[in-house]
Amino acid sequence: MAEQLSTDDVRKVAHLARLKLSDQDVERFTGQLADILRYVEQLKEVDTDAVEPLVHAVELTNVLRDDVPRASLPRDAALSNAPAADGAYFLVPPILENA
Amino acid sequence: MSSRLTDTGARDLLRLLETGEVSCVDVAAAHLDRIGAVDGAVEAFLSVDREQVLADAAEVDRKRQTGESLGRLAGLPVAIKDNICAAGAPATCASRMLEQFVSPYDAHVIGRLRAADAVLLGRTNLDEFAMGSSCESSAFQPTRNPWDAERSPGGSSGGSAAAVCAGMAPLALGSDTGGSIRQPASFCGVVGMKPTYGRVSRYGLVAFASSLDQIGPFARGVEDAALLLEIIAGHDPRDTTSVDQPVPSYLDTLDEPLKGLRIGVVPEHFGEGLDSDVETRVQDAIDVYRSLGAEIREVSLPHSKYCVAVYYIVAPSEASSNLARYDGVHYGFRAAEYDGLIDMYAATRGAGFGDEVKRRIMLGTYALSSGYYDAYYVKALKVRRLIRQDFDAAFQEVDVIAGPVTPAPAFRIGELIDDPLAMYLNDIYTISANLAGVPGISLPCGFTSSELPVGLQLMAAPFEEERLLRAARMYEREADVPIRRPPLGMLPGGSV
Repeated sequence: MAEQLSTDDVRKVAHLARLKLSDQDVERFTGQLADILRYVEQLKEVDTDAVEPLVHAVELTNVLRDDVPRASLPRDAALSNAPAADGAYFLVPPILENA
Repeated sequence: MSSRLTDTGARDLLRLLETGEVSCVDVAAAHLDRIGAVDGAVEAFLSVDREQVLADAAEVDRKRQTGESLGRLAGLPVAIKDNICAAGAPATCASRMLEQFVSPYDAHVIGRLRAADAVLLGRTNLDEFAMGSSCESSAFQPTRNPWDAERSPGGSSGGSAAAVCAGMAPLALGSDTGGSIRQPASFCGVVGMKPTYGRVSRYGLVAFASSLDQIGPFARGVEDAALLLEIIAGHDPRDTTSVDQPVPSYLDTLDEPLKGLRIGVVPEHFGEGLDSDVETRVQDAIDVYRSLGAEIREVSLPHSKYCVAVYYIVAPSEASSNLARYDGVHYGFRAAEYDGLIDMYAATRGAGFGDEVKRRIMLGTYALSSGYYDAYYVKALKVRRLIRQDFDAAFQEVDVIAGPVTPAPAFRIGELIDDPLAMYLNDIYTISANLAGVPGISLPCGFTSSELPVGLQLMAAPFEEERLLRAARMYEREADVPIRRPPLGMLPGGSV
């Protein structure tokens, strides 16, 4: 599994997770996450070659329902918690540069 | 009258309400007054809408007076963990990210409570997004343990546990992903239960780790917990993992002792690191079962020692995906300053989430990332199956497994906050029930020499809640643990 976790690894993961961190945060999280990953290393000693992963405790088959139209959340309710909306849409910053 | 009502359990309150000795408004007002008197010191609630609570209670009184049919919890106040959506109420998840959020709809369990004419009392504190074991990762306040204000009530459902413990609510709902109902129940000396995965719909529960999360009841006694579970359990097509199996009437059979009960004791649960007072109290509890004629058998859960390692891959992986929705667009907080869309996401999430949530999102992102997916995530899921198989084998031998809930009683606030791994190890006896999907209950079994509550954990095979509750009730009745209330007069600000 993992070699020693570096601050660069933490920066990369924070970027993938879209988390802006200060340099101080990166230092602190690197040590803490390395501790946890070191603890998790113990799983290596378990022989799991013939074991299927268990994704869910209750292994379910597909749950199907009739395709019947029904009311969804009204638009104003769906928009009511948005940090920026214009009454019809969620507002986001420009996605394309110079668009 | 007022203080007597807040000492009275749910079933007894219902009897008083039915006979007309007290009104729903009396009961609601007594609990609101209790909150006013002691919650300045305990800080169990994040919000209480006093006017709404009294209005809802008055409506139940009106229905009773006019002879309308009433639900089974008519007029009973129920406190709600602040990660369960109730239309028109906040659901902050104790996070800055959702500080201003107002739920547009009811969770399934809230719909059930409303249909039963319960009165929603207030929103209880938790670790941010239910990630934690102490309530200290709440962005707003650290709830205090009513037994000792210097100590944590546990977490993540610490607000619900403390509210029930301190007489601020007769019943409360929590959620349990790795022990978040059972551990605070144990720390506060109340009953808390995590049902089988799929027994209670998760619709409207803010998702943390979807394959582990389960809603369950808090109460001061087993009967009251059984009553609340009966109301909230059952199939809901809006949660596709909700299981379509009939819900037995737990209360009907609760007082029937189980004949030939086989209790499993797991030697791994009594090893190094277990506090000696906790061990003594739990062994005493097992002796009570012995005195009742139960057969005590050793069973092995050889892979349980890996449960914390498995959990801290599986739960953060699911969390990193679930919490991707907090992007500053659909709901919640958006950072004031940013440079373009991607930076808006990162700045919003960097400022909106606390440290524990960030740690878990990063851990999950790492475990799911290219190159590590098989080594961490898939490996953990394989060991998860071995943990489940251990339980399946054990429940061929025994009906119920008994042991401690936590290695030690309530720790001091601040004691573990800088050492996440040490905090995680608090959940070493509770996590495996979530990984395996089995039901578990924590019930009070006495006190340590320093007057802190100790919990007994019982676990049973999937969908054996009826057996689990009956076994718990057998102990509760026989042990007849004297009812003790926390010394709240000692708390700063406590006036009772």
